[in-house]
Amino acid sequence: MIRVALPQHLQTLARVGAEVEVDVSGSVTQRAVLDALESRYPVLRGTIRDQATFKRRAFVRFYACEEDLSHDPPDTPLPDAVVRGSEPFLIIGALAGG
Amino acid sequence: MSGVRVLVGTRKGGFILTSDGKRDSWNVTGPHFGGWEIYHIKGSPVDSNRIYASQSSGWFGQVIQRSNDGGQTWEPAGNQFAYDGVPGTHQWYDGTPHPWEFKRVWHLEPSLADPDVVYAGVEDAALFRSTDGAKTWHELPGLRGHGTGSKWTPGAGGLCLHTILQDPTNASRMFIAISAAGAFRTDDSGQSWKAITKGLHSQYIPDPTAEVGHCVHRLGMHRSRPDVLYMQKHWDVLRSDNAGDLWHEVSGNLPTDFGFVIDVHAHEPETIYVVPIKSDSEHFPPEGRLRVYRSRTGGNEWEPLSKGLPQENCYVNVLRDAMSVDTLDPCGIYFGTTGGQVYGSADAGDSWKPIVRDLPAVLSVEVQTLS
Repeated sequence: MIRVALPQHLQTLARVGAEVEVDVSGSVTQRAVLDALESRYPVLRGTIRDQATFKRRAFVRFYACEEDLSHDPPDTPLPDAVVRGSEPFLIIGALAGG
Repeated sequence: MSGVRVLVGTRKGGFILTSDGKRDSWNVTGPHFGGWEIYHIKGSPVDSNRIYASQSSGWFGQVIQRSNDGGQTWEPAGNQFAYDGVPGTHQWYDGTPHPWEFKRVWHLEPSLADPDVVYAGVEDAALFRSTDGAKTWHELPGLRGHGTGSKWTPGAGGLCLHTILQDPTNASRMFIAISAAGAFRTDDSGQSWKAITKGLHSQYIPDPTAEVGHCVHRLGMHRSRPDVLYMQKHWDVLRSDNAGDLWHEVSGNLPTDFGFVIDVHAHEPETIYVVPIKSDSEHFPPEGRLRVYRSRTGGNEWEPLSKGLPQENCYVNVLRDAMSVDTLDPCGIYFGTTGGQVYGSADAGDSWKPIVRDLPAVLSVEVQTLS
């Protein structure tokens, strides 16, 4: 199982806690994790990435294992620690404003 | 026993204010969807328990919420707003073509006949309709296909479709307004649209009487006379007696004819309300005095209504969707400010009281009259 940490507003929207688990078959990539997340929680469709283009929303960031993966191509494999479930895939609402 | 439910959208959540028919003592719930921008909340006129809310965020985009129990509980509905076909371009601030991009829903207008039918006015300007209670949305593309779409330019707040008026006597007729494109009417259920801007004069555009480019802030209508429309434009308050075919100015003795809201008394079609704002660069009331102005003559002759409103050091704004009326007798008038106050009048504007004083900036106010 892949651990996914959600920002507070998306926790409220999906009515879940700070972290959820999703099952990903095949290669564990950003795209595969987000597909699984949106399949399990359809209310999150459009809140992390565009529903048509699948482009990441501008103020959303993806972190894992102390690395910013936001600009990685969506089909890049995620770190082994995320695949093993020892580290979460972090979805972050970027800091913005004063 | 009758009562009212006031639906308030703010920069940081939605609030629901309820009272009995006296409108003296209020119960406040919220914030609903705390931290999100709630551009608009509106109930179905045929099922008061059915309420739709537009919830959005610069971080997480657009969500539509639906309630089936008068706002006690909510469930997320559909949030996919895909333009029909190839979206094309409108005009950007610098005059260059800019692709149509969905940003948010400004206004939700439930059908007069069916609680599962609801219209959405969006930025970048387009009109969408759902016929399944907001689960799925489909554009009515005839509006953007009007032929002038490539010339539409955003106002300071964006290229937003913010006003949707349905003709209660003619299900095929609807009016919409867009900042800063103008106003349009359909007579065939949204298949085709006509610009209804004849008589408007806007000095801030190259051709002051152009077909499109006018920054219409709000339209108002009384359901008993749907051919009579009122308009608060960027500057000027106007009136049309022929469903928008021709407008004439009725600013009369207003201290300034800039403003955002305009609304009509529930029982007196010639009684209208505006909140004059000093200018488009200052966006606060003249002299720091918050005054609603009422005309009982359909415009031109206006009286200030200030009893109970702050008359010094008041520098708030009242945004375009932030005024509404109930249908009790006497008619109740409500408006919200960017300072977070929601004021109510239970005597058609003669006197006012704050219902709440310290909400986030108010974006919209709608009222449901409950029997």
